[in-house]
Amino acid sequence: MQITGAQALIESLKKEGVDLVFGYPGGTVLPIYDVLFKEKDLKHILTRHEQGATHAADGYARSTGKVGVCIATSGPGATNTITGIATAYMDSIPMVVITGQVATNLIGRDSFQEADVIGITQPITKHNYLVKDAADIPRVIKEAFHIARTGRPGPIVVDIAKDAQNNKISFKYPDKVNLPGYNPTLKGHSRQLKAAAKMISLAKKPLIYAGGGIITSGAAKELKEFAIKHNIPVTTTLMGLGAFPEDHKLALQMLGMHGAAYANYAVQECDLLVAIGARFDDRVTGHLPSFAPKAKHIHIDIDPAEIGKNVRIDVPIVGDVKLTLIDLMDKSKVEPGKHEAWLKQIDEWKNKYPLSYKKDKTIKPQYVVEMIREVTKGEAIICTEVGQHQMWAAQYYRFTKPRTWVSSGGLGTMGYGFPAAIGAQFGNPKAIVFDIAGDGSIQMNIQEMATAVNHKLPIKIAVLNNCFLGMVRQWQELLYDKRYSSTNLCNNPDLVKIAKAYGAEAMRITRPEDVKKALKDSLKIKDRPVLMDFTVAKEENVFPFVPPGQAINEMLVD
Amino acid sequence: MCLQARPLTKCWSIKMKHTISVIVENKPGVLHRVSALFSRRGFNIESLAVGTTADPDISRMTIVASGDDQTLEQIIKQLYKLIDVLKVFDLPELESIERELAMVKVKADQKTQTELTQIADTCGAKIVNVAADSVIIEISAEQDKVENLQRLLEKFDIIELVRTGKIALQRGSAE
Repeated sequence: MQITGAQALIESLKKEGVDLVFGYPGGTVLPIYDVLFKEKDLKHILTRHEQGATHAADGYARSTGKVGVCIATSGPGATNTITGIATAYMDSIPMVVITGQVATNLIGRDSFQEADVIGITQPITKHNYLVKDAADIPRVIKEAFHIARTGRPGPIVVDIAKDAQNNKISFKYPDKVNLPGYNPTLKGHSRQLKAAAKMISLAKKPLIYAGGGIITSGAAKELKEFAIKHNIPVTTTLMGLGAFPEDHKLALQMLGMHGAAYANYAVQECDLLVAIGARFDDRVTGHLPSFAPKAKHIHIDIDPAEIGKNVRIDVPIVGDVKLTLIDLMDKSKVEPGKHEAWLKQIDEWKNKYPLSYKKDKTIKPQYVVEMIREVTKGEAIICTEVGQHQMWAAQYYRFTKPRTWVSSGGLGTMGYGFPAAIGAQFGNPKAIVFDIAGDGSIQMNIQEMATAVNHKLPIKIAVLNNCFLGMVRQWQELLYDKRYSSTNLCNNPDLVKIAKAYGAEAMRITRPEDVKKALKDSLKIKDRPVLMDFTVAKEENVFPFVPPGQAINEMLVD
Repeated sequence: MCLQARPLTKCWSIKMKHTISVIVENKPGVLHRVSALFSRRGFNIESLAVGTTADPDISRMTIVASGDDQTLEQIIKQLYKLIDVLKVFDLPELESIERELAMVKVKADQKTQTELTQIADTCGAKIVNVAADSVIIEISAEQDKVENLQRLLEKFDIIELVRTGKIALQRGSAE
């Protein structure tokens, strides 16, 4: 049977198990939207901006583990997806972004709404495709999903010329992909595994440094088994929150620039650092030459290019994190060490330098996060924007499960959290989904309130409103002698009124004693979003703070 | 600090020229993907030559890039991440046959032509075009020989010069 390229696209998406796409229509995707109009098995969610669609697909992917899909038109539609694509790329999130392109006879002529999307997205995608022939659509979609979700995941752009959407083809979906240049290594090398097992058994002060790769690979259970078996404490990166239960006695919380002091001290003192699915980012390592100076390094990662990129590694293991951890547990037949002195030392640091803040008559932002944890019993999906509120959420929510933390780590995208929460709520209809936001970030994609209201999504938005671009202000306070250049947001609009104008529920909370009740009340609302505007302490800082370029044990703690 | 430093401080490593062969699927945009990767990751390309192999669906790029061993390792690993890249190898200088083709258009009159012919002969080059006021000399040789010819021709007033960039193959049957 002959069908159009647009129909072939939708059929291909369904073959890949897609039942939900986010998007925004326009001239060059009209044929696709015409198919969607009659489509019953594939739901389309209209966002109010293409950036919102991209972040929603990303939030859906992070919270479910499935590939997120979004659609945008050519030119400005496609360029609006760029921030969302770069966000997903930096955090290795599987996504397929479908963009319309002008018809093939118009390509290269500076036609209306034409942009070189392949050229623009090349450095921020795992791979991308320009489709000029309808017959290529099934193969390209098959490949796009395969590449997006395997190996080190990432976003794929499929740019489809309008005539390719209209032309008719006989549809046959391929059974397998033929990509001779793409073969991710999944099994770790057995000689390296043996070397790692031996090194672990000899270590006196071992430490696991776990990243987002644990979440991607679905290896939280294996990580816990491994850590407990060998009595090795675990610190996680921002991306690794939820990879290891933070209420466990071996948990050291987050490390790095705003990491717990005891995590950073442990890194600097350990004699063996086992990096698993992490990439030695500058926000983690601080001043590179002084990072983990006493340790030997084992690095487990699926991406060979990550190994040796920033830090010299003694035992590299290229492979899927989950399979590697399973193999490593099989290989290490020696009696696991107890590391009593080391664990005692860590407990002393934990007691001496806990994550803490001073309470007073104002609402402390950290307190709001603690209360969110209390009322949700730690079971919520926590999305965030980027800035101080993000760090407080990371420090004080105490994550225990993978895929409950949805935050832009690598790119640090303000405006990410709210549309990502929309994606997370669609992917997890029964879950409590929070967006912890700042008053700066929430205004960057506030238009998506219309999407959330339209679909009756009960998302809770907790704005920690300090009338500042808080993180930048903090840097200005500590590093630029309090010259608050362009960080004062004292002329913020009334966020409660804005939310209400969209049809959401909204409230303002100004006293610490009202925080918990407001949060509890918000949980009762099931048919619309709730925005809680918390008036918090204006010049509260995120501590610990490792100033950029310093060693990570040179923290400011107060 | 260098001696005790574990991270990759570059102070002891020596910058070297490397000849890298990149076997790619002959797909649209592949040249852009490869060259963009070099600039994005901050690697310097000195020359790049590209053409199809015996299989018209597969092309070979020969890239001369400079960097220390760690940079080279990153270049190769990053190249492998490109879906269209099939194989990458660093060609060891002593085990490879390397050539570059250059053509030089030089001002020439009857008096200088004889001298130019002699220079071409001794350099293993040949005169491939003779016009009233100029000649074109072609050379295919190792890069230092090409550069040597260029130096010898400078006093004759070079009008135009074109070089292909290095191409290379490893000796023997090694993959």
